[in-house]
Amino acid sequence: MITITVNKKSYAVDVSPSTPLLWVIRDIIGLTGTKFGCGMALCGACTIHLDGEPVRSCVTPVSHAAGKQITTIEGLSEGADGPESIGKRLQQAWLVENTPQCGYCQSGQIMSAAALLHKISQPTDADIDTAMSGNICRCGTYQRIRKAIHRAAGNKEGGLP
Amino acid sequence: MKKKDPAKDNGQQKGNLQLNRRDFLKTGAFVGGGLVIAFVIPTILKRLASQHAAGSSGEVFTPNAFLRIGEDDQIQIILSKVEMGQGVWTTLPMLMAEELDCDWSKIRVEHSPPGKEKDFTEQPILKSTGGSMTTTSQFDLYREAGATARTMLVQAAAKRWGVSPDACHTENGYVIYRDPAGNNAGHPAGSNAGGKDSIGGKGKRFRYGELVAEASKLPVPTVKLREPKEWKIIGKSQRRLDSPEKVNGQAIFGIDIRFPGLLIAVVAHPPVFGGKVRTFDATKAKLVPGVREVVQMSSGIAVLADHYWAAKLGRDALTIDWDLGNTNEHTDTKRQWEEYRKLSATRGLVTQQKGEVTKALGKMSSPIIDREFRLPYLAHSPMEPLNCTVKLEGDKCEIWAGTQSPLLHQAEVAGFLGIKPEKVLLHTPFLGGSFGRRGSFQSDWVMEAVRIAKISGRVIKLVWSREDDIKGGYYRPAYLHQVRVGIGKDGYPVAWQHRIVGQSLFVNTPLESMIVQKGIDYSSVDGVQGSPYLTSVPDHTVELHTTTLDVPVLPWRSVGNSHTAFVMESLIDELAFMAGKDPVDYRIVLLKEHPRHLAALKLAAEKSDWGKPLPVGRFQGVAVHGAMGSFVCQVVELSVTDRKIRIHRVVCAIDCGLAVNPDGVRAQMESGIVFGLTAALYGEITLENGQIKQSNFHDYRMLRMNEMPFIEVQLVPGTEKMGGAGEPGVPPIAPALVNALFAATGKRIRNLPVKMEELV
Repeated sequence: MITITVNKKSYAVDVSPSTPLLWVIRDIIGLTGTKFGCGMALCGACTIHLDGEPVRSCVTPVSHAAGKQITTIEGLSEGADGPESIGKRLQQAWLVENTPQCGYCQSGQIMSAAALLHKISQPTDADIDTAMSGNICRCGTYQRIRKAIHRAAGNKEGGLP
Repeated sequence: MKKKDPAKDNGQQKGNLQLNRRDFLKTGAFVGGGLVIAFVIPTILKRLASQHAAGSSGEVFTPNAFLRIGEDDQIQIILSKVEMGQGVWTTLPMLMAEELDCDWSKIRVEHSPPGKEKDFTEQPILKSTGGSMTTTSQFDLYREAGATARTMLVQAAAKRWGVSPDACHTENGYVIYRDPAGNNAGHPAGSNAGGKDSIGGKGKRFRYGELVAEASKLPVPTVKLREPKEWKIIGKSQRRLDSPEKVNGQAIFGIDIRFPGLLIAVVAHPPVFGGKVRTFDATKAKLVPGVREVVQMSSGIAVLADHYWAAKLGRDALTIDWDLGNTNEHTDTKRQWEEYRKLSATRGLVTQQKGEVTKALGKMSSPIIDREFRLPYLAHSPMEPLNCTVKLEGDKCEIWAGTQSPLLHQAEVAGFLGIKPEKVLLHTPFLGGSFGRRGSFQSDWVMEAVRIAKISGRVIKLVWSREDDIKGGYYRPAYLHQVRVGIGKDGYPVAWQHRIVGQSLFVNTPLESMIVQKGIDYSSVDGVQGSPYLTSVPDHTVELHTTTLDVPVLPWRSVGNSHTAFVMESLIDELAFMAGKDPVDYRIVLLKEHPRHLAALKLAAEKSDWGKPLPVGRFQGVAVHGAMGSFVCQVVELSVTDRKIRIHRVVCAIDCGLAVNPDGVRAQMESGIVFGLTAALYGEITLENGQIKQSNFHDYRMLRMNEMPFIEVQLVPGTEKMGGAGEPGVPPIAPALVNALFAATGKRIRNLPVKMEELV
């Protein structure tokens, strides 16, 4: 039995310690907001926060998460990422910019963006490139993601010309 | 040019089906109270399915879309089309809301319910989405449904008040009565309950919810749709209705379906198409904790487990001896190009012809150019890997699958199981991208799931990995074009012999009779055939060699245009440079009889500052192409430094006629550009002795945030006939890219994807 904390709730899960966190979150606990896209940490759809740091849960063994705070997109939506509610500001900015299309990659995108804004409150475009280039969007919403990040950071005019 | 009224010109082709309003729209009450407008979206596929499936009369009213207004004022819009990112979840409600005058915040959208609607019919609900046709084809019907509901609500209110319906108007979910003195106290924000019969010159109002019970008893009225000048919603950008659940993790995709007792199935597929299992050993697989069963089916060996990871480990632990068949009969990319090149040297089936091109070319002294273009197989690779949940119970089959063609799957599954189609209940969650993959005519992955469920007797969710997806076939075919152009004295083409070699998309599919005529699959030539450039070439042919290979193929976003636009627009560009002419000016001459191409071309050229000096090291390339009723021009601006391509911006002009949701159109152009750029720069599925070389995003590379150009989309203003937006943004980007690369490096790229060693 391994005990993990997800969105401030404790779960005891009966899986082998090498099971990727992604599948524990999705299949065992039942939080399906975190997505499966590649299984090789290439696409970012599985991004969660581990003690506030963004990680790809598809290659993170569940044993590595023991004793740490796991935050998923569901937790972010409840403000689990802290009092500044960066996650909620990002979600609101996402709505204003009409960012999602199919929506499948968006959880991972927002988790990566939230981790960025926690570190750098006024990111440059280069900061955004670095933080977000691990997240693939097949629908091509990158431009709106960038705008939404700038908007959430309080820079409404931000972004490339 | 005389402006057309989009309200009249954009409707469904009703003529073919001889519908009267009774045939396609019914009204009534629904269980639990409320007003229902049920309507039929006639589709070609619906008729095909009627012919195809047993027990379907084709005469029974089979609604596939609904508008429900509840006593609580909730507006439930049930779509006949599926949301795969392209935005119909918002656009179709906009059409309805334009006429309905409802409270936009009370709209709830759903995909059509599974296969059986108790209120009206025993027949299955039918729908299919694709072709960038949704907004155009649904334009009238969704508005009619909204107008019908509004009219009935007004009639109900007028009846209760004892006034003429003409004295009532609707606003934001209320029917409001103006008394003859002209007082209108019906502010939605006003205090007085309109339901009461207040007297004395004050206005009255009813919430829609207060009227639905009575309205549902009224006969279907005749309605008049609003004129464009009255529109408050159509033509104005709206916020997407599906965004909230897509940003908070609540949106349910097919892969997210879960319920107690569901087993996850992962399949070991043969490494070559058509391969078979000779023997297999599942001993180790069954020892993996969580693995419940291992079954053999026609498409491979399925491991069923409590959760995905256990199933995946179980598959890894299988030992399988595959019968790979004869290596030489499998596709090998190197051999394929050699064979395609040989074929292209011979005459093909003529699909379009004018004058006598062989004679004309024979008579010419010079110059004649011969050019070969090669475009590889491409995977669709939506972010959500394919998946399908199946629950078989007696003579009933319940399926959950994000799919573009539930109708076809229903018929296929029913046929396979030997049950009536209406016993196949198909739920459609959100699609995590599709681009054509989830429109599979063979229902391939759905049938795989059904087979696993049948053989194992379990309730299962089939989940494909990314590797399964990239290696799974159903690709955009590989094509080779061989073009011979005779150039006239003024530098314009006077003779054009165009040969295309590739597999047919539609042979052996339900759409074959419609798209393949006299052995010619139109999608193989669409965009060369019908090209505006060829209309001014007096001697030309378009010829086709259709090949048959073991690689399954499927329409890929923009279908035939995905290969033809690349060839036409890069060749025209080359001819322009040979003539010493500016590529935009050269096209303007050739397109003078094609005003919609011209308008898009000129707008993009203007907005990209074409012809003006650019910053040092920056170069531009242009391409214009018409597809799915829309006309799109793109200008790519890039630089090439240190063997790296940096695309700075793309200016895109689209004429789609009326843009119902302008920001939605912009989003689809951005999407198509990224999709097409990814393919042009990186996209390549290759085979070595029948085995697919690529497997995941490290070797099937995707464009990422740090490579994203700034995209500026301009809509050509006007009210010409409406075209689509989901696909037309894709075709011009590849040629615009290679044309810009030519401007930057002097090298012509004729084979995709772009390879740096061919450039510098």
